[in-house]
Amino acid sequence: MSIKYTPDHEWVQIEADGSVTVGITVHAQDALGDVVFVDLPEVGKSYAAKDVAGVVESVKAAADVYMPVSGEITEVNEALRDDPSLANSDPLKAGWFFKVKLANSAELDGLMDGTAYDELVKNS
Amino acid sequence: MSDAVLLKTPLHALHLELGAKMVPFGGYDMPVQYPTGVMAEHRHTRAAAGLFDVSHMGQLRLVGAKAAAALETLVPVDVIDLGVFKQRYALFTNEQGGILDDLMICRRPDDLFVVVNAGCKVQDIAHLQAGIGGQCEVIPLPEQALLALQGPQAVTVLARLNPEVAKLTFMTGGFFELDGIPTFLTRSGYTGEDGFEISVHQDQAVALARKLLAHAEVKPIGLGARDSLRLEAGLCLYGHDIDTTTTPVEASLTWAIQKVRRPGGARAGGYPGAAVIEAQLAGGAARKRVGLVSSERMPVREGAKLVDASGAEVGVVTSGTLGPTVNKPVALAYLASSHAAQGTEVFALVRDKRTPMTVSPTPFTPNGYFRG
Repeated sequence: MSIKYTPDHEWVQIEADGSVTVGITVHAQDALGDVVFVDLPEVGKSYAAKDVAGVVESVKAAADVYMPVSGEITEVNEALRDDPSLANSDPLKAGWFFKVKLANSAELDGLMDGTAYDELVKNS
Repeated sequence: MSDAVLLKTPLHALHLELGAKMVPFGGYDMPVQYPTGVMAEHRHTRAAAGLFDVSHMGQLRLVGAKAAAALETLVPVDVIDLGVFKQRYALFTNEQGGILDDLMICRRPDDLFVVVNAGCKVQDIAHLQAGIGGQCEVIPLPEQALLALQGPQAVTVLARLNPEVAKLTFMTGGFFELDGIPTFLTRSGYTGEDGFEISVHQDQAVALARKLLAHAEVKPIGLGARDSLRLEAGLCLYGHDIDTTTTPVEASLTWAIQKVRRPGGARAGGYPGAAVIEAQLAGGAARKRVGLVSSERMPVREGAKLVDASGAEVGVVTSGTLGPTVNKPVALAYLASSHAAQGTEVFALVRDKRTPMTVSPTPFTPNGYFRG
């Protein structure tokens, strides 16, 4: 089980069954501020990598949530819909956004590892 | 603007010390939030007292026997009859009846004390100089900082520094020493709460801010919460809810035009755009600024188009967010007058979705103004 990152400040956790769980990073929730609303994708819908799959909104601003890899949405975090502040309080666990069945697992190779992502945040 | 060097208020170093996240606003490097975040700052201000640095705003004096009469040639507002230490909201209008800026005027024994928006202050000063500079002195006060202490416990805290301030009522002011620091303050603000705006010399601004922050009730509040607080209070933000393309009638600010300046009044007209505004006062305007509340959770923001049930476009949102106190999406918007009645349901277009919103009275939260 390993975690990858995107330049859009999302994390992608590779699960034992080969599917992935997606959420926003600590840096992303910090930049947004208090999250008050999330718009999650429809379960069963397929998206290409970089498609807009959802939205996360704070009091200050709205930001798109991108599909980190191509695939089909298998589950969304209903608890996050009910309590969007989970994206702030526990962004890497309880604040996850959605799960994806990969269309092409090779796309994972194009994502950053933790070291590369930390470097990106440091220089942003 | 992004390439320009940002100006700093006298409290800049204090903001950094307090851990503020800084953003450019009105040409200044300003605190948008402190470590607790917008939501906590908003709630703290509604529950206790918040300290805001609004030193970026323009402060100036108009001096001379004819200052009030002169200012009346630029605003559709009764300035001449304003009593000493009474404060009033006003609007600079253009020849088309549009709004150049909104401002606060307070009559003091020796001058009119005026506060204008940061982003407009250079043009406002030029407008005053060109329009009435021959009739009174227009004296900018760049050496003055401006602090706002807002919230139900603002008076409790400020009265510890000078008990006399508790005697002021909403929209009045006076000269007060606060724990030895000379200030001019008014009981007013931009949050819908009871509170004060305190003009203090820049050399003593940090000392005053620290004195206020030393009280348990007071926390520093950034521009993020200032925006959500004023929006819940139904107060306009210049450049968003009002601008040169909106008239006071369209903006639902006719309450700011006193009877004496309206047709039939002793000093009717005589300000830029009077013909346009008088025609709208008599016959109404084609569109009107309203408040909107949603029963759903999705925030509706500036720029969202508004449609009726048939999908026909009927307006646009000019400010909107999830109101932290009302815990619902709230917005200010312009709607066709046919759809502007209280209770009318319209739909906001957000991304590919339609979300229902109801025309609702403002403020969205009850005001806490102290009227004595």
